[in-house]
Amino acid sequence: MTKELFVQGNEACAHGAIKAGCRFFGGYPITPSTEIAEDLAILLPKHGGSFVQMEDEISAIGAVIGASWSGMKAMTSTSGPGFSLMQENIGYAQITETPLVIVDVQRGSPSTGQPTMAAQGDMMQMRWGSHGDYEPIAISPSSVQEFFDFTVEAFNLSEKYRVPVIIAADEIIGHMREKIIIPHEVEITPRKMPKETPEDFLPFKPTKNHIPEYIPAFGEGYNVHVTGLTHDERGYPDASSPKAHSKLVTRLCDKILKNREKIVATETKFCDDADIIIASYGAPIRSVSAAVSLARDEGLKVGYIKINTPWPFPEKQLEEIAEIANDIVVVEMNLGQMVHEVERIAKDNAKVHFIPKIGGNLHKPEEILSKIKEIKKI
Amino acid sequence: MKYLRKDRLPNIFCPGCGNGTILNSFFRGMESEGIDLKEIAMVSGIGCSSRIPGYVKCDSLHTTHGRAISFATGLKVGNPDLNVVVFTGDGDAASIGGNHLIHAARRNINLTVICINNTIYGMTGGQISPTSPEGSIGTTAPYGTRDKPFNLSELVVAAGASYVARWTTIQPLQLSNSIKKALNNPGFSFVEVVSQCPTYFGRKNKLRTPVDMVKSFKENAINKRKADKLIADGKEDELIGKIIVGEFINKKRAEFSDNVCNLSKQQCGEEHATKSAYLSKLEY
Repeated sequence: MTKELFVQGNEACAHGAIKAGCRFFGGYPITPSTEIAEDLAILLPKHGGSFVQMEDEISAIGAVIGASWSGMKAMTSTSGPGFSLMQENIGYAQITETPLVIVDVQRGSPSTGQPTMAAQGDMMQMRWGSHGDYEPIAISPSSVQEFFDFTVEAFNLSEKYRVPVIIAADEIIGHMREKIIIPHEVEITPRKMPKETPEDFLPFKPTKNHIPEYIPAFGEGYNVHVTGLTHDERGYPDASSPKAHSKLVTRLCDKILKNREKIVATETKFCDDADIIIASYGAPIRSVSAAVSLARDEGLKVGYIKINTPWPFPEKQLEEIAEIANDIVVVEMNLGQMVHEVERIAKDNAKVHFIPKIGGNLHKPEEILSKIKEIKKI
Repeated sequence: MKYLRKDRLPNIFCPGCGNGTILNSFFRGMESEGIDLKEIAMVSGIGCSSRIPGYVKCDSLHTTHGRAISFATGLKVGNPDLNVVVFTGDGDAASIGGNHLIHAARRNINLTVICINNTIYGMTGGQISPTSPEGSIGTTAPYGTRDKPFNLSELVVAAGASYVARWTTIQPLQLSNSIKKALNNPGFSFVEVVSQCPTYFGRKNKLRTPVDMVKSFKENAINKRKADKLIADGKEDELIGKIIVGEFINKKRAEFSDNVCNLSKQQCGEEHATKSAYLSKLEY
């Protein structure tokens, strides 16, 4: 049965997790993400799942990785300080190709910063936070409904590509209340047990699109050795061979980069005839869409692109935007993170402008409109 | 040999290392408890002792430094049917992973932690660890450490573990007997094995050969009962430099993953979900 709820974003996320098949949560309380843990502490036992409050965020993601190898869809939620603590184990999940979901409800930072205020200051940490070369997937909701939908999508992507998927939320979306619709059924991606016998099975051999599609749960007799060391297709450490390392890490990156078009998601509005296009993601989209309406009311040719997947960055989609528009305005709640990606892609095809914002308040539509007028010299 | 991944041999351990003796005692303990290796999943962190699971023919997670017990917690709660064994060392378990160790003991989660305490960082070349005896030499304590070491077994007892024992590598039979009990104990079991690192501890501390090292264990090991009596008689000074061996606690109490499963049974009336990631449809 389809359900209608009036809930805050964090609660929608918890419902999305249950709906996606998540049956394990390991976490540590942190503002402004705590309600996700609290709601899952209620919901998981009602669905046969496990909720574990760990001693810190390092162990929280550790437990989630362990639970994933036990055969469960597993997740954790946190905010900046906890997300920083998780970085080493995020790299472990990357090199061991462990499916899991991390929700980062971003707050003012660095350090303890502004626990109760919104920000988008972790975007580059999502990309580069753990040491070494890897390609993350991050998806960013801009409404409570999207927080539900994207949580389901995050689990599906993590299973399809065998990566930790980060939900790049923020305090505004986490704490805002809106009506959501929970469909009777959502599409979920089940994990695949190998078809070969343990003797013939290679757990880290890519079978399709650079992805090793089959993951035997622990206890199934496959005797899988999972290590954070550089390893071969059997999973055996091979840490001093330049060739083995290059082969593994290149494949881990290719797994995302060469499947980029299947992963990325963007939405455009009023872009066809626009000479100015605003690029944004997450909560600021709400102001952007209002600003574009105001601009159109005044007869200005302005559109916007909503980036649902900041990582991998939707390069082709932004290239197209740069072809259409003379000017691109990036709106994000930090002093400049994703704007560098837009600049990298736009090159000389469009001039990239930026409206930074920190402190916790959303951009006002009027602020965005006045930037548009400044560009148009009116 | 039948339990080892033959295609991964030879191993990386130095001649005279205690790891082989300990793994042998582990298999003996496992066999005498009638446990099949198929039921066991191993988890480890970083360090020489943490390389052991990679040579054993079972499912294993070789994780990040200090975090093995937290990975093991998720694995055990995710599938309580697995008999989860953690191989760790003094640096891994007591330094970088100290917090996870005491919290797992507090929860009394059904894991068997085998902590190979060689009182030194072997993998990185001989730096002092939180269990290095006062005065011992390491590359980071060239004039002898002034830090006071942890008494690991006492620490884990105080944190709430339900089975704790300490032996050295010269007591392989007692060790395998304790491992047998630990594997059977439905709670947090901690078996500390004081082991020799002739390469990095011995060479720097006037115990050049493996034989010198195990001889020192033989001279200094004292049974817990005898040690308790010395303490009761006010002769605590006689224990300086001694290694107290034996069982430190063996007392059952409520176990963590059982509690999690029981809660889900109580709240949804069904068995705790396992391996649900493989299902294409779930009841919501």
